[in-house]
Amino acid sequence: MNKKTKQKIAFSIFRLLGLLIIGILFWILGFIIYNGIGVISWEFLTAAPTEGMTSGGIFPAIVGTLCLVAGSVIFAFPVGVMSAIYMNEYAGNGWIVRFIRIMTNNLGSIPSIVFGLFGMALFVNTLGFGDSILAGSCTLGLLVLPLIIRTTEEALKAIPNSYRTGSLALGASKIQTIRKVVLPMAFPNIITGLILSIGRVSGETAPILFTVAAYFLPKLPTSIFDQVMALPYHLYVIATSGTDIEASRPIAYGTALVLITIVLLMNLLATTLRRYFGRKVKTN
Amino acid sequence: MIQAKDINFYYGDFHALKNIDIEMEAHTVTAFIGPSGCGKSTFLRLFNRMNDLIGDTRLTGECVIDGENIYNKSVQVDDLRKKVGMVFQKPNPFPKSIFENVAYGLRVNDVRDKAYITQRVEESLQAAALWDEVKDKLKKSAFELSGGQQQRLCIARALAISPSVLLMDEPASALDPISTSKIEELIHVLKKDYTIVIVTHNMQQAARVSDKTGFFMLGELIEHDDTKKIFLKPEKEQTQNYITGRFG
Repeated sequence: MNKKTKQKIAFSIFRLLGLLIIGILFWILGFIIYNGIGVISWEFLTAAPTEGMTSGGIFPAIVGTLCLVAGSVIFAFPVGVMSAIYMNEYAGNGWIVRFIRIMTNNLGSIPSIVFGLFGMALFVNTLGFGDSILAGSCTLGLLVLPLIIRTTEEALKAIPNSYRTGSLALGASKIQTIRKVVLPMAFPNIITGLILSIGRVSGETAPILFTVAAYFLPKLPTSIFDQVMALPYHLYVIATSGTDIEASRPIAYGTALVLITIVLLMNLLATTLRRYFGRKVKTN
Repeated sequence: MIQAKDINFYYGDFHALKNIDIEMEAHTVTAFIGPSGCGKSTFLRLFNRMNDLIGDTRLTGECVIDGENIYNKSVQVDDLRKKVGMVFQKPNPFPKSIFENVAYGLRVNDVRDKAYITQRVEESLQAAALWDEVKDKLKKSAFELSGGQQQRLCIARALAISPSVLLMDEPASALDPISTSKIEELIHVLKKDYTIVIVTHNMQQAARVSDKTGFFMLGELIEHDDTKKIFLKPEKEQTQNYITGRFG
């Protein structure tokens, strides 16, 4: 076999594997859409489940998931961004930073069910939040904190030092330099961290299992101390432990479709924001 | 007037500047020349304390600007840097509009008066010989300017906060010949109002723009005199060798 043929075979294999990834994604999407599209209707999106969750809609679960996404981002985004700023801009490269970085990575590799247990112990019981949006949001926030810290740190690292020295040389303080030069430049990439964490939060089941998710709760929450239904947990419930699993199967696919759509829409929104800020940074 | 008295500077164990004494008069241009790694840029950065940003360094001796040792505890670094502006080797405009780039130094120093900011921006751009080229597109991104224009924008940015000293670290080394000559003309004009210290690799440039020249080698200031004298009749053999291109 000559060089050229070998080359061709190698590239064909690589291309095939590349296409395989797309194939798998489209297969999953197609499967969900094919099975779920039938139950999607205005009523499905805006009504509460009825008759032992074998008919009706999933509105409370949609609202619950949106609450949890918002709550966890409100909690984790500022904390994550600020700790990343500390680590990259202030702390130098001493042992404290290296220690924090190792711990952050460790935090990121803890199984999510462990976060769920920890959240139950700390937020639900010790701090007395009870099974609530607050407890669930805090738990999910902890889960995505490492993700936000790491992406923010990378975003800050990508800003060349010459911008910092240029600002400092004009008599700006460090905090002014960070606020007016470094952060605006890093913002589009920081948003990426946000995108990833939103996707992660809306799909997680284990951390909300013991901290917020309700098995069946047709009414909407009125405060952050209320329990809510959430899409991933609802999906789990009606697929494994509903009153009539066979009857609620289409609803499970419908729920999966809605969940995926929400994640995609949020990603789209965040990507748009990222583009917008990326452009704004250059001319403002 | 700027004075350095018995300066010794270390990066960790590396002795980067050795026993340097020098005086620079107000409203003159002093050029530092010398082979790479001779310490000339390090020396320049002492005067606006940019070396403070690097960890594990040590300084002995005194840097005096207008009668005050700028390394005294009572000196606020921010205030010092308002007085001693700096232009870097690579143009580093901020990703903001042309106007905001020049206004930046004023804004971070708590100037709020809009009319005054507008006036200073125009004056500084004029002083940096850039006004005519950008007056119709002040709101455009600074990144749309050419490299030479960006460097003059950085000069305007430094001038906006009315410094008395301007440090220039190889300001033209990343620019084409035409942009370079514009920067050099500018230096000639600016010395009326500012004390300028410039580090350059380009000996012709030093000869063209400076009144005094200092030659650095291996962390020592070998010779410092009138530029004419350094280039025509240097006293030290090392200077002679470097000027004539026998090494470095």
